[in-house]
Amino acid sequence: MAGAVSVRGLVKEFPVAVGRRIRPGEWRRVLDGVDLEIAPGEFVALLGRSGSGKSTLLRVLAGLDADVAGGFSVPRRVSVAFQQPRLLPWRRVWRNVVLGLREVDGRVVAERALAEVRLAERADAWPLTLSGGEAQRVSLARALVRRPDLLLLDEPFGALDALTRLAMHRLVEQLWREHRPTVLLVTHDVDEALLLADRVVVLDAGRITASHVVDLDRPRRRSSFADLRVAVLADLGVDDAEAA
Amino acid sequence: MSISTTGAVARPETAAAPRGGAPPGRRLPDLARWLSPLALVLLWQAASATGVLPEDKLASPATVLVTGWSLALDGQLGDALLVSSGRVAAGFLAGAAMGGVLGLVSGLSRWGERLVDPPVQMLRTLPHLGLIPLFILWFGIGEEPKLALVAAGAAFPLYLNLHAGIRQTDPALLEAARVLGCTRYERIAHVVLPAAVPQALVGLRIALGAAWLSLIVGEQVNADAGIGFLINNAREFLRTDVVVVGLLVYALLGLTTDALVRAVERRVLRWQAR
Ligand SMILES: Nc1ncnc2c1ncn2[C@@H]1O[C@H](COP(=O)(O)OP(=O)(O)O)[C@@H](O)[C@H]1O
Ligand SMILES: [Mg+2]
Repeated sequence: MAGAVSVRGLVKEFPVAVGRRIRPGEWRRVLDGVDLEIAPGEFVALLGRSGSGKSTLLRVLAGLDADVAGGFSVPRRVSVAFQQPRLLPWRRVWRNVVLGLREVDGRVVAERALAEVRLAERADAWPLTLSGGEAQRVSLARALVRRPDLLLLDEPFGALDALTRLAMHRLVEQLWREHRPTVLLVTHDVDEALLLADRVVVLDAGRITASHVVDLDRPRRRSSFADLRVAVLADLGVDDAEAA
Repeated sequence: MSISTTGAVARPETAAAPRGGAPPGRRLPDLARWLSPLALVLLWQAASATGVLPEDKLASPATVLVTGWSLALDGQLGDALLVSSGRVAAGFLAGAAMGGVLGLVSGLSRWGERLVDPPVQMLRTLPHLGLIPLFILWFGIGEEPKLALVAAGAAFPLYLNLHAGIRQTDPALLEAARVLGCTRYERIAHVVLPAAVPQALVGLRIALGAAWLSLIVGEQVNADAGIGFLINNAREFLRTDVVVVGLLVYALLGLTTDALVRAVERRVLRWQAR
């Protein structure tokens, strides 16, 4: 079915390098049998400590890292937004949005997508003149304009200030509700995960070690998921006293 | 860049704008910076007028000015200028084409780099101005050795900077282009080449400077026309005023082409303005 993600026993190993020398025959296993099923249109947040392999999993699903063992299937149309917006500084904003698209009326398409992230008036700006939040919104527009069945977000709010991050949460939730792509959001922010996701999964030592369904009405308030927060933090190895 | 600087770029466009004061784009020239050059010229004139500086060693500024004017009026200067500019243009185009093509080949393909880069890196350690004797043996003493020298001067800086610029492309941007569905050709056209432009323009300015410098050296060899001929001829007759005029014209030509590249830079690198 369009939009469904299925990961079965996914294993990804990287060669061990000391300095610039690769040690032949030695491998470091970063993903060690990941199993994950995501329903079409579901919003899943992937939590995990830094270095637990979240980005690696996302890159494999995006087709950026071949050479894996085990199986996975993703929809045909996949879009990615990275932690850094990765806009081409020498292309105006609207040309960045339609980069790689083969649409005839690129300008119109770009403007519509920019309007959705409330940046229509910056269509002709150079990317280096944007603020961090604006650049990230362009990156989001660039991902959404491809009408993806699966949207992969790798800590896209990580580098933003707290206020901008809150606004981005609302925006992403709203765009997800309108377009209903399947979303896999990598984050290390438990509140963000519980605010946005239908389900929160925890990646640890290369495996999915916990999964919590977040059965709360939207838009959510932080006060409504206090108990769940404690449980997820416990899965991440943080006890209640530390978190408080 | 001006002819007299060989390696570094004079006043790179990326240098910090003057702090405080006038808004960007409407900088008033700091008139005080003209005081000492003006004083030096006056000193020079005084030394000539009092005979401390004899005319056969160095003509006075006033004489230089008058000579320059009369050379311009009787057409000698214009002819020499055309001949020398033509040499630089032809030699530079040949050298730039060679450096550009080789830079693209070795920048864009692994095998290109393996095959092209080692010999170019070895050759560039040779001081190219020292190649004159060989060029004379190969090409005789006509136009060819001069053009070859200019071409060699222009090719290396352009190759090195284009190659470096291409190699500096941010892999994160390439990866983004790949997930956005760009083909290899599109990634080169939209990511790699634009990323290399700033460095390539630096190379262009250095190459132009090297081209003028090579021309000046090349025109010392049996020139029968051009600014070098004007200068060498004047030396035979102890006309230091004509020599100085020739040098000033060389400098002006170098500054002009440098200003041209900087104008191109401002237009092409608009996106860098923050
Ligand atoms: N290309 C690579 N080569 C070698 N090791 C890598 C590579 N990419 C990631 N790793 C390693 O895999 C581990 C997981 O990385 P990553 O998926 O980026 O973690 P995170 O959960 O913080 O996103 C890290 O220890 C990292 O050093
Ligand atoms: Mg990561």
